[in-house]
Amino acid sequence: MKKIIYLFFASGAFLMLIHLSGCKPKNAGDATGSDAAGRTYVPPGKYDELYNFVSGGFSGQVSVYGIPSGRLLRVIPVFSQDAEKGWGYSEETKPMLNTSHGEIPWGDQHHLDLSQTNGEIDGRWLFANENNTPRIARIDLKTFRTTEIIEIPNGAGNHSSPFITENTEYVVAGTRFSVPMDYENGDVPISSYKKNFKGTISFISVAPTNGEMKIAFQMLLPGMNFDLSHSGKGPSSGWFFFSCYNSEQAHTLLEVNASKRDKDYILAVNWKKAAEYVKQGKGKKVKANFAHNTYSESTHTATSKMESEVTLIDVRDFPDLVYMIPCPKSPHGCDVDPTGEYIVGSGKLAALIPVFSFSKIQNAIANKTYDGSYGGIPVLKYEAALYGEVKKPGLGPLHTEFDGKGNAYTTFFISSEIVKWNVKDLKVLDRQPTYYSPGHLTIPGGDTRKPYGKYLVAYNKITKDRFLPTGPELAQSAQLFDISGDKMKLLLDYPTIGEPHYAQMVPAELISKNSQKIFRLDENKHPYVTMGEKNSKVTREGNKVHVYMTAMRSHFSPDNIEGVKLGDEVYFHVTNLEQDWDVPHGFGVKGNKNAELLIMPGETTTLKWVPEKVGIYPIYCTDFCSALHQEMQGYVRVSAKGSKVPISFSLGKNSEAADEILKK
Amino acid sequence: MKKLIFLSLLALFAAGCAGGGNTESNNSTDKSAESQEQAPSTDTYDPNRGEGKFTDVKVGDKLDPAMAQRGEKLADLKCISCHKLTDEKLVGPGWAGVTKRHKPEWIMNFMTNTDVMIDKDPKVQAMLEICMVRMPNQNLSDDDARDILEFLRKNDGVK
Repeated sequence: MKKIIYLFFASGAFLMLIHLSGCKPKNAGDATGSDAAGRTYVPPGKYDELYNFVSGGFSGQVSVYGIPSGRLLRVIPVFSQDAEKGWGYSEETKPMLNTSHGEIPWGDQHHLDLSQTNGEIDGRWLFANENNTPRIARIDLKTFRTTEIIEIPNGAGNHSSPFITENTEYVVAGTRFSVPMDYENGDVPISSYKKNFKGTISFISVAPTNGEMKIAFQMLLPGMNFDLSHSGKGPSSGWFFFSCYNSEQAHTLLEVNASKRDKDYILAVNWKKAAEYVKQGKGKKVKANFAHNTYSESTHTATSKMESEVTLIDVRDFPDLVYMIPCPKSPHGCDVDPTGEYIVGSGKLAALIPVFSFSKIQNAIANKTYDGSYGGIPVLKYEAALYGEVKKPGLGPLHTEFDGKGNAYTTFFISSEIVKWNVKDLKVLDRQPTYYSPGHLTIPGGDTRKPYGKYLVAYNKITKDRFLPTGPELAQSAQLFDISGDKMKLLLDYPTIGEPHYAQMVPAELISKNSQKIFRLDENKHPYVTMGEKNSKVTREGNKVHVYMTAMRSHFSPDNIEGVKLGDEVYFHVTNLEQDWDVPHGFGVKGNKNAELLIMPGETTTLKWVPEKVGIYPIYCTDFCSALHQEMQGYVRVSAKGSKVPISFSLGKNSEAADEILKK
Repeated sequence: MKKLIFLSLLALFAAGCAGGGNTESNNSTDKSAESQEQAPSTDTYDPNRGEGKFTDVKVGDKLDPAMAQRGEKLADLKCISCHKLTDEKLVGPGWAGVTKRHKPEWIMNFMTNTDVMIDKDPKVQAMLEICMVRMPNQNLSDDDARDILEFLRKNDGVK
């Protein structure tokens, strides 16, 4: 039956298409004069057309929605503990949250970028940044799990991240908060910002086969705020563009002091040349201390390794690597169109949107059409780099995505709208209000060479009256627009997890076809795996008690354990012996100060428990697994320190291992 | 299985374009109902063979000890949490005598096409009423299933 159900699911997207094009819906949607309901309705048992990966902001996590329904499919734990999944609580996942500051339970996740090949989404990995304690995570889209996190030294406020180059050669990080470098004495007056504070931009290489990240090099830059970035593509693919503000180098009351100049900058970085210099051994090695955490799929276990060195390139020593392009009024979004020729800077306090031309930038560099320098970096003449300006588009432009048909869509925070404009003639074509104050937006593939068009989602910072009130704290929201016609059409509102910043959307097929269903038992290399119920046991090593436990519908083996004493650390290593899709087991023990476990089929996961009182402690399965789930329980006896009760364990009368112990 | 795919698609397609007056949600309810009606009824179900990819499994008069040994290892990992080697029921029925009660192809189909057999096979359904737990599909390869069958034969006295 399951196979049949699966077939129904699999044919869902295909049938939807037939349904929409072949036979026009003749349902209630038409009668109301709007087809919004029909456009977003995904019938029970049918799949959505697209995956939508949405940053969780201050929640530290990433959420996954189906589009066009707006249904929440999963929250992927990344930078914050997630008790629901045991993330950051189980012994196997705790190392993932390790940093040079120790274990951090709650992060701030801002932006996402899907891996690309030849400038198109390839469906392998999703990258996520952490802003507060600079880190980049890689999520494996086979398992929808965070599989690697690397900390970024020499910086703070990793905001212009984790954007990637068009073959995922590098993922970048940058400092929104310039600070003294880690290898220098940081005990300096804050007022010495101009002298002692510096910015860095990091290029982290991504291994093409397994995705492993490594800090390839960091570029040392003047102290200012690096805000957002995007890679060039096509003709500009060897370049990266970062928006910068606070060129005033203010360190207090930035809302006034960093908004004084008419123009800040977009920093153009020739990363291919920088990579060549590093390959030639240029740049200097500096001491650093940062965590590099990896999760192994075969051992189901994370390890955290401290690394100690990075290569630093001081851009003042390499005059042909970076250039500043003047950009009006504190630019925020920095977006490159699908052709790679146009770079859109969104000055968040500007009343226009400048569009820069990559070929003009190249000419200006070749002809040295400079307008002085900033911190030793040549500044190009504004007009020499400018393709044109979108006049009076709205107030507070923030971010721009593209539809692949020559149009750009920009969010306006202050005037609370999305504006569609033509990249070639810079004319405004349409504007639609959002509810309220959008930050980022996303179009499927909208920052790649090949946008999928059709939909646009705006992420609003303010929801106010859009949903039923839930006290002072409200969900933020996403709004889905149909952009297939000349005019944008609002289809749907849906609430989001935390604060959504950037997001990514991708046709479902690219991801769903690779989605893993189980972990194979015969590939389980966990050091405490229990390969079959016969091998379940309890062992003592000093005050450490290791429980090799199996879970199968509907019992644990062993389920009666005695001989635990106060002062012991008990490790329940639970192996789920199921090999069928969607049969996780849970595990909880009374009074545990940690969390519970959720164990996927074929997986081994460990809960550490330090009992503090003598008594009988029930254990049970916390995830409804079968008709006899309520029977999936057992007991652990905890005796006083120095008690003579020996370690013993059993399951029913069938446990041979228990019989052996009893014979002894 | 191919027939099923075809029938399901056909049913869905028909339901998708018919019923102009129906609401979308009603349509979708119809779809699943219709496809169940069109699925092969128990009349065409062969209770001796079961349903799955195995039609005729040849077993020797003598045991293949190597196969049986591999089968035992697999069973230890994936099966014996629920099945005893005697006739005593644990979560599922005891294994003693199973190769005498069922044909080899039935056993191998049940091991590899578990969910479909649970929904269709009269004997399995009767057992489900006693055990109350659906036997999980343990993702056995064809070779795995054959090895376990050999171990079951060994358990039933084949030498």
